Amino acid sequence: MDLLLIAIVAPLVLALAMVLGLPKALARNLAYLGFALPAVIGIILWCQFDAAAKESTYAFLTTYDTGLTGLGINLTLGLNGISLPLFVMAGIVGLAAGLYALQSAAERLNHYVTLLLVMQGGLMGVFASVDVFFFYFFHELALIPTFIMVGIWGGRDRNYAAMKMTIYLTVGAMLSLIGLIAIYYTSGAQTFDMIALREAIAAEGLSTVAQRNIFGLLMFGFGILVSLWPLHTWAPLGYGAAPSSVAMLHAGVLKKFGLYGLIQVALPLLPEGAAHWALILATLGVVGNVLIIGVVAMAQRDLKQLVGYSSVMHMGYAFLGVACLSVVGVGGVVFMMVAHGFSAALLFLLATSIHHRTQTFDLDEMGGLVKSAPVLSAFFVAATLASIGLPGFANFWGELTIFVAAWQVFPTLTVIAIAGVVISAIYGLRAAAKVFFGPPTEAFAKVLQEQPATDLTWSERLPALLLLVALLAFGFWPKLMTDSINESVAEIYPAVETTVPADVARN
Amino acid sequence: MPTELLQQAAADNHWAAIGPELMVGCLALLLLVLEIVLPKARHEIIPSVAVVGLLGIITGFVINYHTAFVGQTTFNGLLRHSGTGQFLRLFFLLAATGVSVLGIVALKRQKMPKVEFFAITLVVSGAMMLLAQANNFVMLFVALETVTVGFYILVSYTRTNPLSLEAGLKYLIMGALSSGILLFGIALLYGVAGNPALTAASADSMNFDALRVFLYANPDNIIAAVGIVLVLSGVAFKVGAVPFQIWIPDVYQGAPTPVTAFLAIASKAAGFAILLTLVTVFDGYQSLVVGVLTVMAIATILFGNLAALTQHNVKRLIGLSGVSHAGYLLVGVIAAIHVPFAVGAICFYLFAYLLGSLAVFGVMTHVSGDDDADQDMDHYADLAKTHPFLGVVLAVGLGSLAGIPPLAGFMGKLLVFLAAFEAGLYALLGVAILGVVISIYYYFGWIKAAFFPQWRPPVFEGDDPLPEPPRQVVSTPAGILLATAALASVLLGFYQGPLGAWLGLG
Repeated sequence: MDLLLIAIVAPLVLALAMVLGLPKALARNLAYLGFALPAVIGIILWCQFDAAAKESTYAFLTTYDTGLTGLGINLTLGLNGISLPLFVMAGIVGLAAGLYALQSAAERLNHYVTLLLVMQGGLMGVFASVDVFFFYFFHELALIPTFIMVGIWGGRDRNYAAMKMTIYLTVGAMLSLIGLIAIYYTSGAQTFDMIALREAIAAEGLSTVAQRNIFGLLMFGFGILVSLWPLHTWAPLGYGAAPSSVAMLHAGVLKKFGLYGLIQVALPLLPEGAAHWALILATLGVVGNVLIIGVVAMAQRDLKQLVGYSSVMHMGYAFLGVACLSVVGVGGVVFMMVAHGFSAALLFLLATSIHHRTQTFDLDEMGGLVKSAPVLSAFFVAATLASIGLPGFANFWGELTIFVAAWQVFPTLTVIAIAGVVISAIYGLRAAAKVFFGPPTEAFAKVLQEQPATDLTWSERLPALLLLVALLAFGFWPKLMTDSINESVAEIYPAVETTVPADVARN
Repeated sequence: MPTELLQQAAADNHWAAIGPELMVGCLALLLLVLEIVLPKARHEIIPSVAVVGLLGIITGFVINYHTAFVGQTTFNGLLRHSGTGQFLRLFFLLAATGVSVLGIVALKRQKMPKVEFFAITLVVSGAMMLLAQANNFVMLFVALETVTVGFYILVSYTRTNPLSLEAGLKYLIMGALSSGILLFGIALLYGVAGNPALTAASADSMNFDALRVFLYANPDNIIAAVGIVLVLSGVAFKVGAVPFQIWIPDVYQGAPTPVTAFLAIASKAAGFAILLTLVTVFDGYQSLVVGVLTVMAIATILFGNLAALTQHNVKRLIGLSGVSHAGYLLVGVIAAIHVPFAVGAICFYLFAYLLGSLAVFGVMTHVSGDDDADQDMDHYADLAKTHPFLGVVLAVGLGSLAGIPPLAGFMGKLLVFLAAFEAGLYALLGVAILGVVISIYYYFGWIKAAFFPQWRPPVFEGDDPLPEPPRQVVSTPAGILLATAALASVLLGFYQGPLGAWLGLG
């Protein structure tokens, strides 16, 4: 059996079964399986990846006919060195989000879990698709439940936030769809298969004008999805309103769709277009996302909005890395996407856990939580440090590699970006200090009196631990991921440079 | 006329070729006979006879889908049987079945004669099936008038409701006007193509094949050009394209909900069946046809979407959103001039539209109260909580109409857009995408009304809460119809399989 297909279909089939009326208790137990299978399959495939037979960097290739072969649309599944780490990350974050959702006290929990399973299936599909059409298709499959879940189970401003997210993200998705269709036709290959497209474009090459136009479309289309400044305003609002598991999956995994699309599709197929737009992309990323959003984040008083802004800010580093157009830069971005996936999900999870104890997201009303919840505070401090990019956590390697790559191309922007690390340290540590240390405020003391805060329960600890272990594992042993990334990136980007992330990591 | 000619004509009358239409007609008559024969108490089985009969005809049709007549003309060139025609015949049969089931649900609440509704629906769909195969202006016009006259009755069917009567009057005037314009265009074309002074003139200039040859031979004839524009305008009334869309919101609102569904689904598809035939006939005047249709398509997409944004009555909303769908389909028709697979794309789009619309209209018939014209978006509050089944079906239907992946409507839009891209219609494509983005707002607004927890004005003591029509219990046949439409919308999004192959996309 094709494990990739199982990883995608299992959550979807379970969701369908739950819609059709599986008994509640049974459904909940099966849902654990639905969230766990993709993660387990991801790890199994990771172990097999090195030894597996590969065809143009892709391993585990299989093709299914869905009835549109005549138009060059086939469900082709496979993984290469870029998609493999993201696939595994999607599995693990999905498992954590699922575990967290199943223990939550959400109203109509079964519906919530059903939609989450659909989202999970879509996420696995995004990173397992070799066919560009299905890559887009699965993204939308994961995106639609997001809107619904924000609207129904969201917090403050959920109606407005859901509407805003829907419109922004639909525009972004539409723009990128047009870009992808444009590639489909202008390449002359008349197929959406990534491998065939690469071969066709390598043989024919696209005109410079076409490359520039299409890359522009893709850059802004994907950019909206990744919250590129100034098109980011949906993100803090949406994440602020989204229920925790949805924010974990969206900020952690689904948002990476745009970056993944830029790396896997846009850059290799449209190198001249990318060169044309690189400076704009890097400037928007560094000045807009890192600097401006960083400053905005410093002024936030709402914990969940703060985490949302910090997630937007870190995307700036990714844009900088993409704009380097080098093997090192791209490798760094892949590493950072994985690391950020874990750390953003962890932060959203912990922010909600804090909210359960303080009944507020307002930083000024919290304080002194460390006494009653030491484990929670330890987790939160660790997650904050990871998000800042301290050595020992995976984020460090991603950001470091990006800075190394960017230094050669955009020295000034790199300096600003590094200054951004300080900004994120300021707001991250300030938040940790306000929530956990110092004496409790009057308002919070009152809440504590009514409902004494408990420490992180095991049902919350388990998903948090899962994410933290992953962060530390990649932080201390980056080679786990870099080998496979190097191999694929070097083959897809036959660029001048041959320095690869592993070299940086070793030095 | 000499007898040999008559004999020859008779030999060309392959009655078997229009077997399905004949059976639909007989079924309509059978219903009327049953009304006379059966005692009053047993009249409620007559609608079921209609539905069962239609299902039987559909089964027979699917079994004999690949008839030997495909690719031939019969009845002395009146009809041309094509693959697209076969698909559209099936489409109209399915639409009639769906509308009949909705009719059973909706008519229960009205004190109206019931049998005629089903009989007229059958006659109209039979005429539509002929329309899809017309190869001659006489055939086309007669079939089209049968459809239109049937709709005059259906639209004003609930004659106790003033809005329904108003809608009927509006539809009558607009329909008569459009028929007049169409007929005037046909007359001009007939006259000019029959002029012996011109090259390639034909004695049988109503025939599409002869007309096509004539238009090719005379590419700059001003009378022919005027005729073509008038014919296209007449058809534009039927599909509801701007600037001939004025009747849509009022008629859609006033007509009984199943009739609105029939108008939205089948009447629109019939218009596109004609358009697809006509663009090949008018091939010699391509630049003119493309010019007219392009302007129409842009205006239709923008008008439909922008006007729907502000609607609070869901029937008007779905009517105006239907206008925008006509716009997307027009883009497909323009693409079909150059790109062969665009015809398949349009058929797929129509099929997805059929499924999505049936789902949405099905939910509307269950939510609406006694006053069919008063269907406000606020009536959908908490639908997902009180009637989860209807809520899910509504979400799937609206999502499919909005073109959200992974539903069938998305695949339809994608295929049409792919065709437009291949034909190089970038400007139209840009407008269409803009339209899709705008449409998300109102479709999603409706889903929001049904799903998201809503704030309600507090009810003070002594005040009556705002009246809301009671929601109906879903009966088994309606449930089957809704579930099928929703499930098929989901499945077709994932797997196009045989349908894609049928339409030449696989």
